[in-house]
Amino acid sequence: MEYEAVIGLETHCQLKTKSKMFCGCANEFGADPNTNVCPVCLGMPGVLPVPNELALQLTALTGYLLNCEVPEFAKFDRKNYFYPDVCKDYQITQFDFPSTTTGYVDFEFGSKIERVRITRAHLEEDVGKNNHFDQHSGVDFNRAGVPLLEIVSEPDISSADMAYDYLNALKDILIYGGISDCDMEKGMVRCDVNISVRPKGVTELGTKVEIKNMNTFSGVRRAINYEVPRQIETLESGGTLVQETRRWDDDAGMTETMRSKEHAHDYRYFPEPDLMPLRPSEAWLEEVRKHVVELPLARKQRFIQDYNIPAQDAEVFVGNVSLGDFFEKAVDGSKNAKTIANWVINNLQARLVESELTIDELKFGPEAIRELVEIIDVGEISNKGGQEVFTELFNNGGSPKAIVDARGLAQVSDSGELDKWCRDAIDANPGPADDVRNGRENAINFLKGQVMKASRGKANPQMVGETLFKLLKG
Amino acid sequence: MILHELTIGELTAKLASKEVSSREAMLACLDRIDAVDNRINAFISLDREDALGQAEAADAALAKGASHNEQSLLGVPVSLKDIFCVKNQPANCASKILGDFLSPYDGSVVQKLKQAGAVIFGRVNMDEFAMGSSTENSAFGRTCNPWDLERVPGGSSGGCAASVVAQECFGSIGTDTGGSIRQPSALCGCVGIKPTYGRVSRFGVIAFASSLDQVGPMARNVHDTAALLGAIAGHDPKDSTSVPAEVPDYVGGLDVNLDGIKLGLPKEFLGAGIDPEVQSIFDAAVRQYEALGAEIQEISLPHTEYGVATYYILATAEASANLARFDGVRYGDRVEGDDPFALYCNTRGKGFGDEVKRRIILGTYVLSSGYYDAYYIRAQKVRSLIKQDFDQALEKVDALITPTVPYTAFKAGEKTDDPLQMYLSDIFTISCNLTGTCGVSLPCGFTSSPKLPVGLQLLGKPFGEQELLKIAYAYEQATPWHKERVML
Amino acid sequence: MSNSDFDIKYVANLARIRLTSDQEARLGSQLGDILGYIKKLEELDISNVEPMAHAVPLHNVMRADQVQPSITNEEALANAPKTANGLFIVPKIVE
Repeated sequence: MEYEAVIGLETHCQLKTKSKMFCGCANEFGADPNTNVCPVCLGMPGVLPVPNELALQLTALTGYLLNCEVPEFAKFDRKNYFYPDVCKDYQITQFDFPSTTTGYVDFEFGSKIERVRITRAHLEEDVGKNNHFDQHSGVDFNRAGVPLLEIVSEPDISSADMAYDYLNALKDILIYGGISDCDMEKGMVRCDVNISVRPKGVTELGTKVEIKNMNTFSGVRRAINYEVPRQIETLESGGTLVQETRRWDDDAGMTETMRSKEHAHDYRYFPEPDLMPLRPSEAWLEEVRKHVVELPLARKQRFIQDYNIPAQDAEVFVGNVSLGDFFEKAVDGSKNAKTIANWVINNLQARLVESELTIDELKFGPEAIRELVEIIDVGEISNKGGQEVFTELFNNGGSPKAIVDARGLAQVSDSGELDKWCRDAIDANPGPADDVRNGRENAINFLKGQVMKASRGKANPQMVGETLFKLLKG
Repeated sequence: MILHELTIGELTAKLASKEVSSREAMLACLDRIDAVDNRINAFISLDREDALGQAEAADAALAKGASHNEQSLLGVPVSLKDIFCVKNQPANCASKILGDFLSPYDGSVVQKLKQAGAVIFGRVNMDEFAMGSSTENSAFGRTCNPWDLERVPGGSSGGCAASVVAQECFGSIGTDTGGSIRQPSALCGCVGIKPTYGRVSRFGVIAFASSLDQVGPMARNVHDTAALLGAIAGHDPKDSTSVPAEVPDYVGGLDVNLDGIKLGLPKEFLGAGIDPEVQSIFDAAVRQYEALGAEIQEISLPHTEYGVATYYILATAEASANLARFDGVRYGDRVEGDDPFALYCNTRGKGFGDEVKRRIILGTYVLSSGYYDAYYIRAQKVRSLIKQDFDQALEKVDALITPTVPYTAFKAGEKTDDPLQMYLSDIFTISCNLTGTCGVSLPCGFTSSPKLPVGLQLLGKPFGEQELLKIAYAYEQATPWHKERVML
Repeated sequence: MSNSDFDIKYVANLARIRLTSDQEARLGSQLGDILGYIKKLEELDISNVEPMAHAVPLHNVMRADQVQPSITNEEALANAPKTANGLFIVPKIVE
C-alpha cells in the first residue's frame, strides 16, 4: 500500500521587543542565569502582568504578513500545567480568541509555488530554561516571559523537504517584517511537529504523533524523515500507532516517547482574569499596517517581472533589501535595468563587502549608477572607463559625467579623427591590412589595437572596427 | 486620654498639634498588643524595630513641618493583613507553604500607604489564602472575637477586624473576595468597605480569585475608613484591571444630609435564615434611615440565591491557578521528592490546609476537560444575570440596604466540619464581588446576651464609594454604636 | 452537570496535591455535597446570556515596550529552597 504523510507545524518565535511580554525585564539572550528577572517573571506571590504593546502590534503585523484576519476581539487565557520552567505553573497564552486567525504562506517549493494555510498566530509568554545535571536540574528564568508568537499551520505539508522550505519561508517573512530576529542559535525559533500517515486516497487523518521542542529546521527535516517511515512500518507490520508526544534525539537520529508527558495533564484553559480583553481600534490597526512590508516571494516575483532581471539577481535583492531598494531607485527612468543590476551586484555589492561599508554610508546616490550606465550605453565612455569612473565615485563621490570630464575619459567618436587614425594604422601595417582584404578578418583586431594605442584608449572601439572594415573592404 | 482608643481623625489632630508623637502612638499599639494579643491572636508577626523606625521618621517629618494635607496618614499606625507584600517583610497568607518567605518588593497599596505617611506594621491573621469566613483556617492559630473570645471574628480578614476593635492599631487594610472585609467588620463591630473592583490596585496582594479580589480598609468609624480609602485608592499601571478614574475626597464628601436618598431593600435577602435578633436590629436601622430622611423602597434581586454557587465555581477556579505557583521551587517550604511531580505533590500536600486543598481541588475540577462549560461558563453567565439584577436595582435607588451577615459571630469550631454551611453564610456579601460594585459594613447595634455586634451593609454603584460612605456616615452620626468600645 | 464521576484522586493529582486516604474520604464527601449544591445553577435558563469574565469593562490595557530594572540574582534566589550556580534547583527533570 502506498502511504502519504500529513504534517502540521507549530512554530514558536520570540518577538523582537526590548522588554518582556508582561514585565519590564530585558528581552535579551545570553545574560547570566536569573539576572533578567523580576518578581513578575519569577511568579512571585502578588504580582500581576501588564501586556507589552509592541508585542501586540508585532502580532497583528504578523497577521497581516501571513494574510490572516485580525479579529475585533481577542483575549488572554491561562494554560495550566506544572513544570519547573513555568514560573506560575500556568502559562499566559491565547486559547479560543487569538489575536490573528486563518491566513496562509505562499512559498517556492521545487519549481512550484506551494501554499500552507495558517490556522492562527497567537501571543504567549515563553517559559524558562531547564539545565540538566547528573542528579538535578536547574532553572533559569531569564527567558521566562519573553513574548512568543505561536504560528500554527494547517496539516498541509506532505514531506520533510516541504516542511523545511515552509519554515525557511516563514522565517524570511518574520525577519522581513522586523517581527523576530529568528536566530536559531539563540533559540528564538522552536517547532512542534504533528505527523500522521494515511494510505493514499483516504481522507480521514491517521493517528497523530507530536514531536516537541525542535530547535533547528534541519532537525525538523531529519525527524520527519525518521518518523514517517517509522509510522508506515508500524502500520504495515500490523501494529497500531498511539497518539503521543515524542522527542527527537538528534545524536541517535530517532524519535522516542517523552516520559514527562506520562503524568495526567489537562490544561484547564480559562480566561486570564488579570488581563483585560483586546479590541484593537481601527486607528491602532492602521498604525500597525504602516509597517506592512512586501514579502520576500512577492518581491522576487516583482523584480523579475518589472525589471526583467534573472531570478538569481532578484534573489540577491530579496536577500539584501537595502541593496534591492538602491537598485530600484537606480533603475527609475532607465531602460537598462539588467546592466544596472549587474553594476549594483557585481561592482557595488562587492566593493561594499570589501570595504565593510553599509549602503547608507555611500558617497553617491542611486542616480549616479543610472547615469554611469547611460553614458556607457551611448558610448560616451568605454566599459573600462566606466570602471574607473565607478572607483572614483565610490572613493570620493561626485557625478559620473563630471568625473569623465575631469579625467578626460570621454571616447572619441568623431568620424574625421577616427578616419585619420585608421588610415594611419593601415598605412603603417600593410601586412595585416592585406590579410583583412584577403578575407582573414581576425587580423582586423591587430589594426584596432594600433588605433586604440594611437588614440590613447579614447577611440570608440566599436566605431574603430566599423571604420577599418569600411576602409579595407569598402 | 487613652491613646490606643483614639480614632484616626483624633490621632492626626493630636499629631498635627504635636500633642502626641507618632512614636507614642506606635508604642501605645505595641503596649496594647502586649496586653491583649495573647488572648486575641490577631498578629502573626510584628517587626517592632521597623514600626518604631517608621514612626520616628514620621515624627521627624512632622517636626519639619510636613502636614496631613499632603500626607493624610502621616504618623498613623495601620496594620496589614498577611496577604500584602512589603519589601523584606514576611507575607505568609496565614499558610505554612510560604515558609520564611520575605517579599522582594513593595506592593502598590503598601507604596501608597507609605506615600501617605502611614506607619505600616504587623502582619495580621486571616484565613489561609483568604479562604474562609472565620479566621480559623490559619496555620498560625485562630483569631478570637474581642467581644467574646470563644467566638470567631469572621473572616477572612478576621485579624484586621479584631486588631481594630481590640485597639491594637488605628486602622487595618484587608481584602474582600466574597465578604472578607465586610463580614468580619460586622462580626467584630467596626467599619469596613469593599471598594469597586479596579478602585484599589491588587499589585502586591497575594491573589485568591483575581476577578473578585479587592483591597479595602477597616477602621473604627466611617471617617477613618474614608481617610484610609482615600490613601490607597487610584489607578495603578502595574495592575491591568485597575481603573483610571479620579479619586474623590472621601473625607470631604462626608455629610449627614440624606435628603432625596433612596435605599433599596432587596426582598430576596429578607427571607428565611436571618437570626430574629439580627433581623429586629436591622429593621430598627432601616427605620432610623427613614427618620433621617431617606426613602426606603423594596427592590428585587431575583438571582440572589444563585450567588453562592456561582461564586464557589468562579473563585475556586481562579484560585486553583493562582495558587499553582506555590510549588516549592522558587520560594516557600519544600518537601522533597524524587522528581518534580513528587516534589509538587509532597510540598502542596503538606503546605496547604484543608480548606485551601478543598477549594483548589474544586476549582481544578470545574475547569477540567469535559466540565468547563457545565460549571465555569455557566457560572460566568449566571454572574452576568446577577450583575444585571444589580444594575437594574441601582438605577432605581442610590444604595441597597441589607444585614451584612444573617447572624452574629458564631463559636469557634461550630461550622468547621460543614464547609457548605460556612459558604452559605456569605450569601449577603457575595453578590457585591460578583458584580464588582462597592459595599460597606458598619455597626448597627448589639445583641443583648451575649453582647455581640450586628452589621449593616450598604451596597452602592460602581465607583460610588463617596455616596456610600456619606450614607453610612449619616447613620453613624445619628447612632451611638461606633462609640462602643470592647472591654478586654 | 453530573458529579457522580468526581474522582478526587484524579483531580488531586491534576492539582498536584498529595492527600492521605483520610483526607481523600473527607474532602471527597464534602466536595460531593458542594457539587450537589452547585447543581442549583442548572435551574436557570442561560441560553441567551453572555459570560462575564471581568467585573469592569476595560479593554486594551497595555504598557509601552520599555525596559525596567531587574532584580539581582541574589535577590531572585533569596527565597529559594535550593540553588546552585545562580539556578533554582529541582529534582532531575526527565523529558
